[in-house]
Amino acid sequence: MVKPTIAVRGVSKSYGKKEVLRNVSLEVHPGHIVGLLGPSGAGKTTLVRLIAGSDEPDQGAVEVTGLRMPDLMALEHIGYMAQADALYLELSGRENMDFFGTLAGLTGRGLREGVDRAGSLVGLRDDLPRPVNQYSGGMKRRLSLAIALLHAPKVLLLDEPTVGIDPVLRLSIWDELWRYAATGASILLTTHVMDEAERCNRVALLRDGKILAHGSPADLKKETARPTLEGCFLYYGGVR
Amino acid sequence: MSRTRLLAVTQRILRQLARDPRTVALILVAPVAVLWLVKLILTTGEYQPRVALLDTVPAPLHDHLRKGGARLSNLSAAEANAALARNEIDALVGFENGKPHLRVEGSDPMVTRATLRAFQGGAAPNGPLPIEVEYLHGSKAMGFFESFGPILLGFFVFLFTFLVTGLSFVRERTTGTLERMLATPLRRHEVVLGYMMGFSLLALVQATVIATVAVTLLNMMLAGRFVWLLAVVLLLALSALSLGMLLSAFAGSEFQMFQLVPLVAVPQIFFSGLLPLENLSAPLRVIGHLMPLTHGAHALRQVMLRGGGPADIGLDLGALAVFVAAFLILNVVALRKYRRL
Repeated sequence: MVKPTIAVRGVSKSYGKKEVLRNVSLEVHPGHIVGLLGPSGAGKTTLVRLIAGSDEPDQGAVEVTGLRMPDLMALEHIGYMAQADALYLELSGRENMDFFGTLAGLTGRGLREGVDRAGSLVGLRDDLPRPVNQYSGGMKRRLSLAIALLHAPKVLLLDEPTVGIDPVLRLSIWDELWRYAATGASILLTTHVMDEAERCNRVALLRDGKILAHGSPADLKKETARPTLEGCFLYYGGVR
Repeated sequence: MSRTRLLAVTQRILRQLARDPRTVALILVAPVAVLWLVKLILTTGEYQPRVALLDTVPAPLHDHLRKGGARLSNLSAAEANAALARNEIDALVGFENGKPHLRVEGSDPMVTRATLRAFQGGAAPNGPLPIEVEYLHGSKAMGFFESFGPILLGFFVFLFTFLVTGLSFVRERTTGTLERMLATPLRRHEVVLGYMMGFSLLALVQATVIATVAVTLLNMMLAGRFVWLLAVVLLLALSALSLGMLLSAFAGSEFQMFQLVPLVAVPQIFFSGLLPLENLSAPLRVIGHLMPLTHGAHALRQVMLRGGGPADIGLDLGALAVFVAAFLILNVVALRKYRRL
């Protein structure tokens, strides 16, 4: 059996008195896209931040590429796109990519090629010389995604990657994500759009900090005898 | 430490500054402009008090007051008292029992003082012998602005640098770019040092511009050497920018950063030497020494007014350097909030 690239083991996390995650376990294997599906406030972002090493669990452990997070070596293999676009508005798209690419360890030709490749991937290649404050909301989202893809990381963490992106482009981005996963990368993304979750290898249904169910979309539907993932969610949520 | 990553942060700061002329102007122009305004206000001529004389006042006293710089008018007692009540005159002078009697409006101590000065100023022919005064520092021409200018210069440099770096770092926190930077192998101290280096270049330009303008265009006194003036301004700016970064950790938004300004600025003004502190109790004076501006202002006065050199400002420069180092280290620690490593 291939070792998982992302392993979350029995993780709990509280902020003050509020318990955000309770005993969550999750694995992502190379070549897989795993979707975290759940309503807002379910703990999706917290889980992604724990995997990115931005925060640490109170209990349990998170490992990325076999290294316990936070770990600087592991961070070299992570491409992280947070819910906030996290861009410098005064700078051009290319300058943003150059900056984060350099931080990720790219230089010279590798950096230039990375910027061009990731820029084309999200359909922004012609807009890269423009300052980001002239970008639309969807363009900023795409630039943010391109930055996460820039250094061809083994692990891709995407928090709501397709919010504000039109359906046509969303489709092409999903194609790219699949192609990228096929090269052996592990992708974990959060969404609350059901039809996006359908496209993942596996889905984890998260609510109130607990994983209600975990499996491939087909298995979940079969198990609950519901025709849609939405039905599964309602089923596990206790609405029968 | 990765030099490439460190320089990437510095370069990015400089690029952002290049696209943001307003911020650059705030740092370079604003301190000088405000200082110039203060100079205009403080160097307007001395106030000439409006004094009403009653008929009982003998003629020699008229001349005496006119020489002392008063604007005179002749009124009856009733008129004068009414004018005084309406604040149309500053004082009225009568003559009782062979002695002049002065009644002042009194709500503004500056005006009162000017009135009294007019009374005593016009040197009486049989007054005390004139004294020859020799100045160790300064000169007879040294006014309020010349004396307190160095403190104000230090304060404005501190204020605007603090504001600009604090706001810039708050934005880094609220937009998520700080979290994104720390989701790469970039080390925490590289973030802090990269920031510091980027803004230091701006601070260096700022120090040069402000020191030059202060001495040439504003005609501020510079008894010491220009290079020491530059050194003090630069170190003061560095302490302001590292403190701005640090305090931005306690601000959840740009608005809250602005709220911190009075908290940081006002106490420092009190302890900067603008108000006399000789009578302050020892524990309170210690508080003053914990503030960068106290040292910056003291060093600036040493250099500009008393011609001080390294021996006179060494302690102050050392204190400022300690502040900078301490703030930087605290910054690195504060970033643990975003990543433990």
